[in-house]
Amino acid sequence: MTLLCAQQLSVGYDSRSVVGNLNFTVNEGDYLCIVGENGSGKTTLMRTLLRLHEPVSGKIIIGGGLKRNEIGYLPQQTVVQKDFPASVREIVVSGCQGRCGLRPFYNKEEKRLAEENMERMHISSLADRCYRDLSGGQQQRVLLARALCATRKILLLDEPVTGLDPMAAAEMYDLVSELNKEGITIIMISHDIVAAVRYATHILHIGSKVFFGTKEEYLESDAGKVFASDDEDNGSAVSGEAGVDSGEVSAVSGKVSDSGRDSMDKNAPRQREGDSEGEGTR
Amino acid sequence: MIEKLIIYLQYPFVRNALIVGMLIALCSSLFGVTLVLKRFSFIGDGLSHVAFGAMSIGAVLNLTNEMLLVMPITVISAVLLLRTGQDTKIKGDAAIAMISVGALAFGYLIMNIFSTSANLAGDVCSSLFGSVSILTLTTSEVYLCVVMSVIVVAAFVFFYNKIFAVTFDETFANAAGTKTDRYNLLIAVIIAVIIVLAMNLVGSLLISALVIFPALSAMRVFDSFKRVTVFSAILSVLCAFFGILISILAGTPVGSTIVAVDVAAFAVCCAVGRVVGE
Repeated sequence: MTLLCAQQLSVGYDSRSVVGNLNFTVNEGDYLCIVGENGSGKTTLMRTLLRLHEPVSGKIIIGGGLKRNEIGYLPQQTVVQKDFPASVREIVVSGCQGRCGLRPFYNKEEKRLAEENMERMHISSLADRCYRDLSGGQQQRVLLARALCATRKILLLDEPVTGLDPMAAAEMYDLVSELNKEGITIIMISHDIVAAVRYATHILHIGSKVFFGTKEEYLESDAGKVFASDDEDNGSAVSGEAGVDSGEVSAVSGKVSDSGRDSMDKNAPRQREGDSEGEGTR
Repeated sequence: MIEKLIIYLQYPFVRNALIVGMLIALCSSLFGVTLVLKRFSFIGDGLSHVAFGAMSIGAVLNLTNEMLLVMPITVISAVLLLRTGQDTKIKGDAAIAMISVGALAFGYLIMNIFSTSANLAGDVCSSLFGSVSILTLTTSEVYLCVVMSVIVVAAFVFFYNKIFAVTFDETFANAAGTKTDRYNLLIAVIIAVIIVLAMNLVGSLLISALVIFPALSAMRVFDSFKRVTVFSAILSVLCAFFGILISILAGTPVGSTIVAVDVAAFAVCCAVGRVVGE
């Protein structure tokens, strides 16, 4: 079932288009990664999908009975949040506010939903801790639990692993991929092409060349080749490390590797595997 | 000393001053947490200067009820400041600084050129640093303040969860279907109202202190939004209470005394926070 369909979509600010001519569909259960260079309009596209911006032209069709307040969103962290005095429970339950409408307080069911999602993200033990005292990875899990309170169907994630160490990034990818297996549709912005190719079912590459298709098609496409090789040449030196690591861990079987040592050890050989795969597509 | 206090408390104007002072302290501290976290600590200062500018226009025009002019101008400025906080070319702090300094300068200029008063410096000084006006409140002003405070507190409690959501993460709240523009507008209007009310108590220059000190003190000690909010409200009311008492007993200016008590409370909270943190 189609949840989201973009037709001749063009997005930007103040009616100035940043990226145009986008056509893609997202079906239930898909895992779509949006990749592209900095400034190519990834975040603008996501904000447009969320209806925070109006499209410059073209349209977005929402299907499958998806309502606007049923979309879970994990934005990039803001400076304000870094020293915000709020407990984990307060933040997670605030994900339910879309359901409240004008009702001022959360009801029992919403509070239960918050507890459930904290359980799901393995942060129940942190429920009374202060958000600003948590590690980057824990903070992201709190925000993910909050996004899950808002949705049962679709999650939009804006660079969820930015600023995380390789282990935390790997855990994050595993959590997201588990959610996808539970049937939640994922749309994720990523800088990390290796992980994108590992996890996603579909890739949307925006920039000077626009590509949309399954990841297999992407690896065969011109856009994919250029971007994948770029990433190997210089990306890995800068930020590729975190991405490669995490990409590999899940590649094994999608199972969560509980111990950090475990996943770290697996990284080295798999990285080579990833490289050789890249060679193949070229 | 206690006897002296009891004698003073028998005067209705002292009781009025205490009631109004504590209510204004309560209202300003409730929204202080949100303002500090949204990086609008200085909005109190900016808006109170706007109110000062508006008041001087009112004085020159010889309006019988200045509030009718001051309130709308301050509310509009608050809305403009908070609305443009997010995606504008002039960022929040710069916008506040501009409005604040500009309004102050124009206010003084207007007063200077058109003033009929003999004691200009005294007029300016009292509207900036707070006058003895809190000790000369009429009964109707006390009622006005009580009604406004009840509305502000009720609005805060009713919209508590929305205010939390809009403060913590506006983008998410917006994406989840909360009308963030509407709540930002609400916050701006309430803050403007509080500031105009508070000018009677502490004067323009010291309003910021009432808004930020209790919030910052509470943030040193507590870890959840609810506790921070509740504690900052209690602390603010206590500081206002003791500030007014001390000022009466010692004969010091009301506004500055309250702020001095707030600063002392902040120091204590910092120390407590450090000890608890370790």
